[in-house]
Amino acid sequence: MKIQFEREKCQGHNRCYMLAGELFDVDDEGYAILRDAGTVPEELERKAQLAADNCPEFAITLVTD
Amino acid sequence: MTAPARPAIDDWANDFDHTHPDYAAAAPEIWNELREECPVAHTERFGGAWLPVRHADVAAIAHDTEHFTSKAVIVSDFRGFIDAPVGYAPPITSDPPFHQEARRLLLPAFSPKAVAALEPYTREFCAGLMNDLLANNPSELDAATDYAQHIPVQVIAHMLGVPPEEGDRFRVFIHRILEAPGQTGPIAEEDTLSFYLWHLIEQRRVDPKDDLISYLLTTEIEGKPLTAEHIVGTCALLLLAGIDTTWSAIGASIWHLATHPADRQRLHDNPELLPFAVEEFLRAYAPVTMARLVSEPVEVGGCPMKVDDWVLLSFPAANRDPEAFDRADEVIIDREQNRHLAFGLGIHRCIGSNLARMELTVALEEWLRRVGEFEVADDTGVRWSTGQVRGPRELPIRILSMSGTDSSQTPMESK
Repeated sequence: MKIQFEREKCQGHNRCYMLAGELFDVDDEGYAILRDAGTVPEELERKAQLAADNCPEFAITLVTD
Repeated sequence: MTAPARPAIDDWANDFDHTHPDYAAAAPEIWNELREECPVAHTERFGGAWLPVRHADVAAIAHDTEHFTSKAVIVSDFRGFIDAPVGYAPPITSDPPFHQEARRLLLPAFSPKAVAALEPYTREFCAGLMNDLLANNPSELDAATDYAQHIPVQVIAHMLGVPPEEGDRFRVFIHRILEAPGQTGPIAEEDTLSFYLWHLIEQRRVDPKDDLISYLLTTEIEGKPLTAEHIVGTCALLLLAGIDTTWSAIGASIWHLATHPADRQRLHDNPELLPFAVEEFLRAYAPVTMARLVSEPVEVGGCPMKVDDWVLLSFPAANRDPEAFDRADEVIIDREQNRHLAFGLGIHRCIGSNLARMELTVALEEWLRRVGEFEVADDTGVRWSTGQVRGPRELPIRILSMSGTDSSQTPMESK
């Protein structure tokens, strides 16, 4: 599983960072930063799903290989 | 004093009035009916206003800064606002491109990491407040006026840098602005909020501390340091935007738990669900409806909107749209898919959202840590606010038992 994050859609709601801090960081202004180029280890797949399902701006999508 | 009863609204689709007590009492039912019959309601009141209730329409307007301006965000009969892009209370009343610059100044102070640093203070305050409230083993208390109301005022005062010993004086200013505007008679200038803030700013200029006012004094906009006027305006905005909104969210969440004992029990048994419950309360009881003015003619949901029409951005209505949310009318405290709009969407996303979330979470944790079973003491005593911020202003609660996790402090034992 890989995360695709559209930075230009992010408005700093911080839902991804709160739900999946292992996969997202935030910058000083509170905008999301994707960690590890979006690679999702198997044990974090549920958290990746939560991040995608709770982004109010639809900025996060998941791609499964 | 009770105001005389206002005539009922016969036609919510063509003559709505969001300031009417019937709207305060039954807004979710009104949105549901409108969604079925006329998803963009209209009124000639306020000089012409629209009320879209579908998620798709609310989201589209929130993202559209071409046809809608933020120069005014509270619907009234008045239209002579200071023009965008700056507006009278930047950045909430600003449009691009100025908006981004004014907002960027404030963002670092409200990032999740900055807000996390305020949590211990908030927790200590909430715990102390609960201690005081429960000290005499009351069987009833008002969760809105005795508890929820005090939390955001205290936290924002702390954040701005108001010294603790001046907290009482500060609360008087807030009370005057939020609850009794224009009702307190003439006030000496040195006894006003703006005079007080001015004085605090001058103190921090000489003797900076680790607070928001000191931080704002170090920032620049368009290459120049902020003026004292700008800082006073910003502080006033943060106070007005951060207090009755968060108060409403805390009160509505406690009201839900008082009226849904199974959800309350579940949170007592499974505290790890709280982060999901908090988001669900924000979805179902979103306090804030913003507004825009139409700046270029545009059509939304087949309705022609003309320049200077108001548009209410009902985030609470969008949050209950079944097109966007599964089982939209049910409160599901472990809902895992929840893209709610309680804090808005787009460039004006509530800058205090992390702060509000933290306050709501801590307020509920400290309430649940002390109180076990509780219920609404008197249904007719619950009063929801009218207008664009929705929440219980009076919420009489009867305490049925204290929480088992904190039995050392139950009033039962001390009796």
